[in-house]
Amino acid sequence: MREITPQDLEYLAIGAAILGTGGGGDPLIGKIMAQQAIEEEGPVTLLQVDELADNALVLPTAMMGAPTVMIEKIPEGMEAVRALRTEERRLRRRADATSPIECGGVNSQIPFVTAARAHLPVVDGDGMGRAFPELQMETFHVYGISGTPAVVADERGAFVTVETPDNYQLEWIARGVTIRMGGHAMLVDYPMSGADFKRTAVRGTISMGIALGQAVVGARKAGVHPIEAVCAATRHTIYGQGIPLFEGKVVDVERRTRAGFAVGQAVMSGLGECRGSQFTVRFQNENLVALRDGEIVASVPDLICLLDSEKATAVTTERLRYGQRITAVGIPTPEMMRTREALDVWGPRAFGYDVDFVPLELRFPSYYRKHGVPEEKMKYLTNNKSTLRG
Amino acid sequence: MRLGIDVGGTNTDAVILDSADRVLAKGKTPNSEDIVSSIEKVVSEVMQHSGVDPGQITHAMLGTTQVTNAIIERRGLARVGILRLGAPATRAIRPLAAWPQDLRTSIEGPAAILPGGVEYDGRPISVFDEAAVREAVRKMRGRVEAFAVSSVFSPVKSDDERRTAEIITEEVGEGIPVSISSEIGSIGLLERENATILNAAVTQVALRVVRAFENALRRLGIEAQLFLSQNDGTLMTIDYALRYPILTVACGPTNSIRGAAFLSGLDDAVVVDVGGTSTDVGVLSSGFPRESAIAVEIGGVQTNFRMPDLLSIGLGGGSIVRLVSDGPDDEVHVGPESVGYAITKKALCFGGDTLTMTDVAVSRGMAEIGDRRKIRVEQNVIEAAYCRAEEMFEEAIDRMKTSSRDVPVVAVGGGSILLPEKLPGVSKLHKPPHFEVANAVGAAIAQASGTIDRVFSLDNRSRDDVMDEARKTAFEEAVRAGADEESLEIVEVEEVPLAYLPGNAVRIKIKAAGRLKSYREDA
Repeated sequence: MREITPQDLEYLAIGAAILGTGGGGDPLIGKIMAQQAIEEEGPVTLLQVDELADNALVLPTAMMGAPTVMIEKIPEGMEAVRALRTEERRLRRRADATSPIECGGVNSQIPFVTAARAHLPVVDGDGMGRAFPELQMETFHVYGISGTPAVVADERGAFVTVETPDNYQLEWIARGVTIRMGGHAMLVDYPMSGADFKRTAVRGTISMGIALGQAVVGARKAGVHPIEAVCAATRHTIYGQGIPLFEGKVVDVERRTRAGFAVGQAVMSGLGECRGSQFTVRFQNENLVALRDGEIVASVPDLICLLDSEKATAVTTERLRYGQRITAVGIPTPEMMRTREALDVWGPRAFGYDVDFVPLELRFPSYYRKHGVPEEKMKYLTNNKSTLRG
Repeated sequence: MRLGIDVGGTNTDAVILDSADRVLAKGKTPNSEDIVSSIEKVVSEVMQHSGVDPGQITHAMLGTTQVTNAIIERRGLARVGILRLGAPATRAIRPLAAWPQDLRTSIEGPAAILPGGVEYDGRPISVFDEAAVREAVRKMRGRVEAFAVSSVFSPVKSDDERRTAEIITEEVGEGIPVSISSEIGSIGLLERENATILNAAVTQVALRVVRAFENALRRLGIEAQLFLSQNDGTLMTIDYALRYPILTVACGPTNSIRGAAFLSGLDDAVVVDVGGTSTDVGVLSSGFPRESAIAVEIGGVQTNFRMPDLLSIGLGGGSIVRLVSDGPDDEVHVGPESVGYAITKKALCFGGDTLTMTDVAVSRGMAEIGDRRKIRVEQNVIEAAYCRAEEMFEEAIDRMKTSSRDVPVVAVGGGSILLPEKLPGVSKLHKPPHFEVANAVGAAIAQASGTIDRVFSLDNRSRDDVMDEARKTAFEEAVRAGADEESLEIVEVEEVPLAYLPGNAVRIKIKAAGRLKSYREDA
């Protein structure tokens, strides 16, 4: 249990942008909303997952829709609380805590707005462990939690309760409602017990986001290069050490919209030790696949983060521009994101790439032998490729 | 003939260009406490040198950091009444959130978030409430010196902002400036509102700068048409500048890069501006500076203005060269410490006691400054320092390049004597004449421009149709800023599709620029 300060939210904004892997929306607006809410309502407590009672009710909150609209039509501030109260009435029970569904991007901050306004704690875990574009792309969904009843609320006081037989339909219908609400809305979904949260959430992701932000800001003072500091910041979590994949400058960016997604690729030519090589990142809002000289070196669900080579701050897909100097960093995703059920939902094939997922630890065995891996990933260091999944 | 003036951090520079864009005279003077007297001094100098009659100057262009400095130093700022339209949306973040407290204290007037504004597709968020606006303005009347009005998605539809501005004028009269956000910034409500509030706050400062500029020239008998440089390297008429003074931010580096382009005749190159303490490396792309992807902070406030993309390294004419013992070998370090303005006292070639990069250049016969005989340093130290500087230049240029191909480099600024003739990755090094006043030249040759940055829906319209409308609006803006319609060209097009939205919403940014109206009348 710890108290979250406005300064923690500053760090979280920087770290969550990295965990956004190119998408997830700029956390800036969310951060200022949360800071204002804490200033007006008092501090918010961050609960470790284990501190939740098994019979507690967790109501995750998030924004849904277009982050580009949200930077213009800023929320009213009480949308998520209205959604939460509606959900409580529907479930005939008060919430004990809220949580993020997505620790990458703007949605890392929204639960703090809800928590401050509704005087609830935030649980330190989420359903994506990064950013993903759709509501069924959650560990909550993969491990059997129903996303509904869900409530979508707008700034005018309108709300819609969504009940669907499965989570894919939740995504489809809630997305449509969001559009009618003007491009973005606030959402409560995946209501669940403390026991279910413990079983299905990716743990510790908010504190990890804060630690990543601290690494970026504090690196120079500590005499470490910020990129190295970012790679080291996830070392003692369930993710494990990040790995610098490529250093270069952007020579080409291709972007188009397909079914509401920003789809395209960025090409970088190598600098420093990478001189002479080319690096391509393909994205659909988030970075999905990275290739070095035509060979895949990382793929979803491992995190492919494009960072400013000097400052190690995240460069989102929308901000990618010709001539930027970028270091691509891969962060291995936790094991619960790599099971067969999980890869069915967000493996490379779920995004239209006909390749198997190969974990970073297997692609770069010497790096991980040197830097070590979390205990549940030790299997990758024993040369046993049977854990490779399609 | 044209007079270009650049008021920088240390010096005020001036140049006179004839109708064929030849530099007739140039001058440089250290800034005094009072900028007006610096302007007067340097301008009267160049007038004398050139022998040009004051009556022959048809256009005078001023690039100045005074407006930016007023914000940074929190001087002479107006108290601003803030109206935002979009309620109930946007209440989660109040105006001036995340501003530095001291700046807030000097600017903040009453603020109101009222109904109005539109969705991304132009539908109203809530019904504009004229009575509520009128009541809010009446409450602010007498308590503020300027107004800033913003509304949600006003880059898409600005009716509510415009109506609010009318109501303000009806209530408080013509004398109080009103800034509206759709004329200042692009998508991103907070940054646009911030820029609009800053703009409102500096209207008085701008008025003083402009009047001082006018008076300085009038005293010298110059009755030219006056322009101010803006951050994108183009010009504004005085009327326009008085309405949008915030657009003068960051015009210094832009003018320097544009001046380098003009003096070298290149449209695409890397520009290396070597000063006394540091070197700025920028990129010239199609005649304009490449913009940074990160928005500018002014005085600690986030805005959505773009700065030229610059890489600064701690290497200049005054950089100190030191021998550092590190293990068995001595190593030569260059910078980032610099003797700065004290170079004429401290550098060895001027009889001082500090080995600087200028001494290295003089010792190697690259420049004739001071007394070469006073530099008694071993040749291997000189060569090691020179090699280190060469590496630093090479690396900085390489980092700014956009492809692995060799690029032309234009060297400007007083310290550019340090640049070696040949560098890896550089196809040709240009050291154009008048390199030391490139920024004033940049002001003098600037064009007028107009920009549109808006979200369009491609649902019921073709892309061509939308692009046509955007182009037309950019042209109209450029003409308003003083451009000659005949000469207008599109200099920048950016198209960014908006994720997670149906209806193919796309954000289009187009910038048009052209030469000034009556530019050639004196030819």
